[in-house]
Amino acid sequence: MALSISTRQLDGVTILDLSGRITLGEGSVQLRDAIRDLISKGEKHILLSLGDVSYIDSSGLGELVSAFTTAKNQNADVKLLNLTKKVKDVLQVTKLYTVFDIYDDEAHAISSFK
Amino acid sequence: MDSVAEVEAAAEKLTQAAGMDEDEGFRVVMAVREAAVNAVLHGNGYDPNKQITVGLENTGKSLVITVADEGEGLDPEKIPDPLAPENLLRGTGRGIFLIRSFLDEVHFRQLHPGTELTLVKHLTPAGSNEASQDLDTK
Repeated sequence: MALSISTRQLDGVTILDLSGRITLGEGSVQLRDAIRDLISKGEKHILLSLGDVSYIDSSGLGELVSAFTTAKNQNADVKLLNLTKKVKDVLQVTKLYTVFDIYDDEAHAISSFK
Repeated sequence: MDSVAEVEAAAEKLTQAAGMDEDEGFRVVMAVREAAVNAVLHGNGYDPNKQITVGLENTGKSLVITVADEGEGLDPEKIPDPLAPENLLRGTGRGIFLIRSFLDEVHFRQLHPGTELTLVKHLTPAGSNEASQDLDTK
């Protein structure tokens, strides 16, 4: 299943609900474009909700890191919400779990931006 | 990338037929997919005239997967450690690391031309510690 992305706003935070696979090619490019679009519009608080992401590969991890660093360079924040066990596993093995702010609860994640 | 999808599907069948649980199966399939992506992308450089060759075998004790490309070769010693602080925020360079993390053995062999990766995942029969003994002696 390809990646689908829907966007919503809540309390000044832009939440991207991602569903499907973040992999080399289409999924990674979609995520990159979505993040760059938000940052170019001046969004500072971006929350990636990954609860329906079934799979991420090394390319997808690279996109998450690029999103994180691109945001930091623009004084914006990208945080992660609702990791599946598989995504958490891959983030832990690659030590990226220590890089991102990660939340299991949406309200808590949103309040963390304030 | 159709060939990568084919390889991934074949690896899924292999792990399911071997009776691996979902988590272990996921790790093996992911490693095989990463190897196939590396072969197509970094090995063959997306050249449609070059092929990747994949073998999948259940020996009864292990799953043994080979992935070969027709590229210019790869020196595994020159791959930077993605866990090093200076590399942690790099956008690339985690594929081989994931393969090594998720499998019991990874062997590189230079072909002429190309590189062949052999990936080995030991199977652990219920009630046996054979796999850990194998790991100790490798």
